[in-house]
Order: sequence, then C-alpha cells, then structure tokens
Amino acid sequence: MLITISQLIIGSVDLIAAFLLMFGLWRMASPVTAPSGILVAGVGMLAAVVASFLYVFTVDAAAKPHLPLNIGLAATALLIGAGIAWWSGRKVAITAMPQAVALFNGMGGGAAGAIAAVELFGSQTHGVGPLVVTLLGALIGSISLSGSVIAWAKLDALLKKPLHVPGLQIFNGVVLLACLMVGAYIVFAAVGGAAPVLTMPHLIEIFFGIALLYGILMTLPIGGADMPVVISVYNAFTGLAVGLEGFVLQNPALMIAGMLVGAAGLLLTLLMAKAMNRSVAKILFASFGPGKKRKQGAIKGSLKPVQASDAGIFMRYAKSVIIVPGYGLAVSQGQGKLYDFVKLLQAAGASVKFAIHPVAGRMPGQMDVLLAEAGVPYDLIVQLADVNEEFKDADVALVIGANDVVNPEARTDKTSPIYGMPILNADQAKKCYVVKRGDGKGYAGIVNPLFYADNTFMVYGDAAAVCVSMTEAVRGLGAPAAAA
Amino acid sequence: MSFPISIGGFIAVYIFMVTAFAGWVIIGRVPAILHTPLMSGSNFVHGIVVVGGIFTLLNASTPLEQAIGFVAVLLGAGNVAGGFAVTQRMLAMFQSSGHPTKHTKHAKRAAPAALKSISPKKA
Repeated sequence: MLITISQLIIGSVDLIAAFLLMFGLWRMASPVTAPSGILVAGVGMLAAVVASFLYVFTVDAAAKPHLPLNIGLAATALLIGAGIAWWSGRKVAITAMPQAVALFNGMGGGAAGAIAAVELFGSQTHGVGPLVVTLLGALIGSISLSGSVIAWAKLDALLKKPLHVPGLQIFNGVVLLACLMVGAYIVFAAVGGAAPVLTMPHLIEIFFGIALLYGILMTLPIGGADMPVVISVYNAFTGLAVGLEGFVLQNPALMIAGMLVGAAGLLLTLLMAKAMNRSVAKILFASFGPGKKRKQGAIKGSLKPVQASDAGIFMRYAKSVIIVPGYGLAVSQGQGKLYDFVKLLQAAGASVKFAIHPVAGRMPGQMDVLLAEAGVPYDLIVQLADVNEEFKDADVALVIGANDVVNPEARTDKTSPIYGMPILNADQAKKCYVVKRGDGKGYAGIVNPLFYADNTFMVYGDAAAVCVSMTEAVRGLGAPAAAA
Repeated sequence: MSFPISIGGFIAVYIFMVTAFAGWVIIGRVPAILHTPLMSGSNFVHGIVVVGGIFTLLNASTPLEQAIGFVAVLLGAGNVAGGFAVTQRMLAMFQSSGHPTKHTKHAKRAAPAALKSISPKKA
C-alpha cells in the first residue's frame, strides 16, 4: 500500500516537475517573462527533489538494512553540494559567469556518470540494450565532467595556452576507440558470458578512466575564443547523459529534462558555429592559430593614437554612437564605467546603441549579461543582424575590447582564417575609435586592417580606465552633461 | 492497483524524439540577448539528475555503491543549486529602460561584490 502511494506521488510530482521545467524554459523567450520562468522551473525542481525521498518506501530488499545510513548520506550530500554551489553561485562575479556555468555543468555530467557507475558496479543493468545505454551515458557524462573542468581552468586563466601537439587529434581518436572497445567488451562479458581477461570491476574502472582522459585530451587543444561553442557542446552532452541514465533508471522526468537540454545545447552550438562561419567539427577537432602561417597582404595606412579625453569629447558632440563591446571590456570589468560614459552622451542628446556580435565574449550572450549587470536597459542592446545596416549612418563606432568581430578582412580576404564570418560593420561608421590595451592581435592571430583605416583612431589603455578618462573629459566640459 | 513506471526501448525512443523536437522549438524562440541565461538555465534543468542520484543512493547496498551514490547526489545537488542561483541572478539584471529603479534593487541584493565595479558615484 505504502509502495503504491509513494509510486503514485513520485510519478505525479515528477510529471508536474517535467512540465514546469519545460514551461520555465518556454518563458525564457523574452527578458520580461524570463525571471518568472526560472522561478517556475525552480518550484518544479524542488518538488521533484523532495518527492524523491519517497523512494525510501520502494527500495530493493538488499538495500533495506542500509536504509537509515543511505538516507543520512543522501541528506548530507544534498545539503553540502547545494550549500556550497548556492553560496558560490551567489558570490561569483558576473564576469566569471562562463567559468561557473562550465563547472556546474561538469557536476551534472559527473552525477550522471556516477549513477551509471553504481549501476555497472552493482550489476543492476541486464540485457544488451540497457547496458549499452548505461555505458553510453557513462561515457558522455564522464567526457562532460573532465572536459568541463578543463574548460573551467581555461576560462579562469589557470591554463593559458591551447595545447598544440602534432598528431594529438589522431591520438585522441585512438583513445576514444579504445574506450568504445572496452565498453563493447563489458557488454560481451556481461551478456554473452565471454571469459573476462580482467575482473568486471577492473574493466569498469578502465572504462571510466579512459572516458575521463578523453574529455581532458579533447578540450586541451581548444582555444579560449572557441569556449562559447565548447561550453554549449558539454551542456548538450550532460543533458544527453542525464536523459540516457533516466532511461536506465526508468525515470521519464530525467529523460525529458535531459533530452530537452540535449536539444537546446545542440541548437545553441549550431547557432554559435554559424556565427563564426565554422563547422562544429572544425572547432572541436581542428584548432586554428599557430601552425598555419599565412602571408597577410601589406596593410595601407597607419595606426593613429589619440588621447581618451579627445575621443570622449568628440563623442560628446556626436549625434549617434554605436558601441561594440568585446572580451576586453569583460576582462577590465569596465561595463559600469562604460555605461556612466554612455549616460553622459545620452544626456547630451546622442543616440547610443550597443552592438553585440554572437560570439563576443567567452559564452554566447556574455556581453548582454555584462551590460545588463551595469544597468544598461536591454532595449539599447542590439544584435548583429539588426544593427549592421545602421553603422553607415552612425557618427562614431566605439570598439571597446573587441577585435576579430570587426575585422573587415572577413568580408574580403579569402585566405583569411576568419573569411566568411559575419562581422559588425564598424569600419563603415564615419569615425571609429578602438579602445585596446596594446597593438596585440586578436584571438585569430591576424592583423586587423580596420585599425589602420583613415577614419580609425586608436585609444590605448585598459577599457575601464579609458572609460573613466572619457567620462571625466566630458564632465569637464560642463554644459548639459553635468546634469547627469 | 499499482503504479510502477516501465519504459521499453521503443517508447524511450519516442519520448526522446518528441522531447528533442520540443526542446528545439522552445529554445529556438529565445532571443540572442538571453543566450547566457538560457545556457545557465538549461544547465539548471539537467540538474534534475540529482533525483536519479538520490534514487541510486537510497538503493545502494555496498560501501562502494554508497560512496559513488554519495558523489552522484553531491555533484547533482551542486548542479541544481548553482545553476539556479546563477540563472536567477543574471535574469534579475535584465531591465528595460522603463524600470531603472527595479534593477538597482535587484543588483544590490543579488550582487554586492559585483556592484563595486560600477562607478563610485552610483554606489
């Protein structure tokens, strides 16, 4: 009776939870409804977690004697894991958001992998189909765990340079193949009764070891600017792993939530790749940068440095300004200071917009969040396709901490590594100011002809510091701007 | 009467197919400006794996299973709580020009550390 009731309650709560999770994501379609969407999804999740403790009434006979200890362990793990993650999620700086998401995503992959490990070590999975699904979920979850940790280390600048070893991709292929073969052998040994060369636990340990290694090796050669795609891929991987383990555990809520994220991650990955005009396979399995030496044509013009204060005062009298923020702005944490400057321009009567390239930053949409943090209303933030035609009518394009996404070479030079990538047409504005720390090249390692163009002027310095100087210069003028 | 859930191979494939399609449609509607919260939000959604972790740990019968099950719940709980905290914080920051005061209220509560990076005049 108790079993029936608890099954009924768990089934119904999970059903509602699955609906609320989907509905929560549905409400993400607009910044107006999105905050309530995540709350709705949170309620569903909370209900599902609470209801899952009713599983105590349905446990196997073998686990009955351990039940009190298991309940204690579950509650402890829940409190510790949730407590630490909640605290760090609240504390983490908005600029460090990509790292945080990578880490939390890796945890999900690890959890899926651990569930698979328990199933495998306990020989609870029977039949070829379920066994294959368990192993597949274990493989994908493990790759997501170790890969996400490497992605986190790269984003947190703990790992600075992408690893370029000749033949690494072939070696990685061999590692993946070895993992699949061990997996296949586990299936044969468990189902077909093939005499195992090693004991089953050892085989499973080797399987997880190779899977984790593959996640590390796969992520090491990928550079920082490709991280939006990588995070998106691992997000999809974790979703897929959760969905597969949901099938193994016969839990439809896990299947639905997991697959939903799998599809979401895939779609976002494809959008990112399209915005970079590169295939997902090329991003994951072939890194650009050093190695491919290319002769770049001679660049006409010269770099023309100007003072930040002069640039600021010029913009004070401009009618329309389009700002192109990039990763450099995030690094210098200058978003708030930039918006202070923008408010002065608006007070002086200028129309100001922020133009966002799809792959600006280290995560899809990172610039949008950064500007939102500074208090920039989202109606001032426009995406590439909606703003690109407006550059030619703009008085000033202010490129701040961005480089490759405004490189006109992508339009014209067929030999360029970024040829074909849609770019923001900052070069078409009447005047272009580029705020940069130095003469360094962008991530793609190519010189940007925009910086040498006749109407482009370079403002050297840290993005935040430059914004402060520009603000001070405009404030120094007095007049209407002083009111702000 | 009893309510055990049993999902066979083909039913599972149907569930996966319909869900993947629904996910594609739902996510396709999300504007680029919300792509970071979306990714973080979907990251939160797959945190439901913690439910599977709890199930597995409750059914564990050996110390090894208990240890790995403990790790599963620990990691799953981190995924859920962290994913929610981060997503909720980010979404609270998105405000239209019409509601500037609401934003500062949220920012003060949610991100005291981050607020310091905004100009001293504003703080």
